[in-house]
Amino acid sequence: MKDAYDILVIGGGPGGAMAARTAAEKGLSVCLVEKRPAIGAPVRCAEGIGKELLQEFISPDPRWISAEIDSAKIIVPDGTSLQLDPQFAGNEVGYILDRKIFDRELVWKAAEAGSDVQVKTRAVAPILENGTVKGARLEFCGKVKDVTAPVTIAADGVESKFARWCGIDTTIPIRELATCAQYLLTDIDIEPHTTVFFLGNTIAPEGYIWVFPKGERSANVGIGISPRCCGPGRRPKDYLDRFVADHFPRGKPIECIVGGVPVCKPLQTTVADGLMVVGDAARVSDPLTGGGIYNTMFTGKLAAEVAASCIAQGDCGCEALSVYDKEWRKSKMGKAIERNYKIKEFFITLSDEKLNALVKSISHINLKEFSTFTLVRELITRNPKLLLELKALKDSIS
Amino acid sequence: MMLTIHREICGYCGACVSVCPEGALELIDAYLEVDEKCISCGICTKACPLGALEVDHEGRL
Repeated sequence: MKDAYDILVIGGGPGGAMAARTAAEKGLSVCLVEKRPAIGAPVRCAEGIGKELLQEFISPDPRWISAEIDSAKIIVPDGTSLQLDPQFAGNEVGYILDRKIFDRELVWKAAEAGSDVQVKTRAVAPILENGTVKGARLEFCGKVKDVTAPVTIAADGVESKFARWCGIDTTIPIRELATCAQYLLTDIDIEPHTTVFFLGNTIAPEGYIWVFPKGERSANVGIGISPRCCGPGRRPKDYLDRFVADHFPRGKPIECIVGGVPVCKPLQTTVADGLMVVGDAARVSDPLTGGGIYNTMFTGKLAAEVAASCIAQGDCGCEALSVYDKEWRKSKMGKAIERNYKIKEFFITLSDEKLNALVKSISHINLKEFSTFTLVRELITRNPKLLLELKALKDSIS
Repeated sequence: MMLTIHREICGYCGACVSVCPEGALELIDAYLEVDEKCISCGICTKACPLGALEVDHEGRL
């Protein structure tokens, strides 16, 4: 590790790796640091991503694809299910990844492109000069070293501290964090190419339970709920244990993970003088689904592209870097976050009865294309009596 | 310290870090650290997926 780079990337998840790779491919000197001793572990993810979305960044490789998904199913409390068949499956279904391998592949590609990589290396403070971020103080096995760079990219995930140290308020409002638990269950009977989403206030208040296949007889079975509904005996793991006891009593867990997913609005600003924030650290995960792999890769890549042109022009101030902030907000991803935030705000108000009725209203139709957009449009068309209540939904897609 | 971290329960996921309004929590690999900025507000205890955090209200002034 040198003393100075063009770009310092903090965090070795998909966002940091994409940023480091993109910057290195543009000929910049880059260092990526990861505080954990290994890239890719522990996994904090249900591992789903749309096929076309993934292929924007990397060609699919069976080494890190656990399952291919061709249909999705939503199940509401009264048992009504909405099956979304292969021919209608859009971007909401696709691959279930093996993040342990996938994340390593991405960092490998960054290294191949020329980026330095350091694991078990933690940023402990930003280097600030007159309010401008000039790099970071890093700690590795008790040794402290200052590394300077005109641009630092904070890709430090949901537990991000770096942007906060630089003066950006990153606190997630408690009601807008999905608190999650997940088992990798094996030896269970599943449909190996179908993702299943269970909704309902009893089983997963203000959230959902997912079953994402990881192979013929294995799946990520997890839950994300609102902390407002949590308490002793009502933690995500408690809800999940009850679900597993009901649905997969003989399943054997070979992994038990927990985590938090931002379902809030993105940060007010994702740039400062010498600083860019990407991925979960920027709170750009999808507020409706909690999906974040694509969004973090997209913002990581875009941040590096903008950083490269700012470095070339010799201006890495907030104003210059804000091209990144503006670009992602007006991108398809940015628009989807805005829309899905409104949809989420509507869905968390629904009683089980309403949920049943709404899903029933569209359970027999054939959607030409399955996406959040078409789903919401159908809901509105099929429920004229609920027009007033659905107004927020209508506004979200207009 | 008025915030108790039950380390035998903690899944070191960092959910609590993200909701702390004071920036008092930090996840260092598999170790959750709490510093003197903690005001024992208890917000983090709600975010924890496992119930590993507890605020001792009797200890409050």
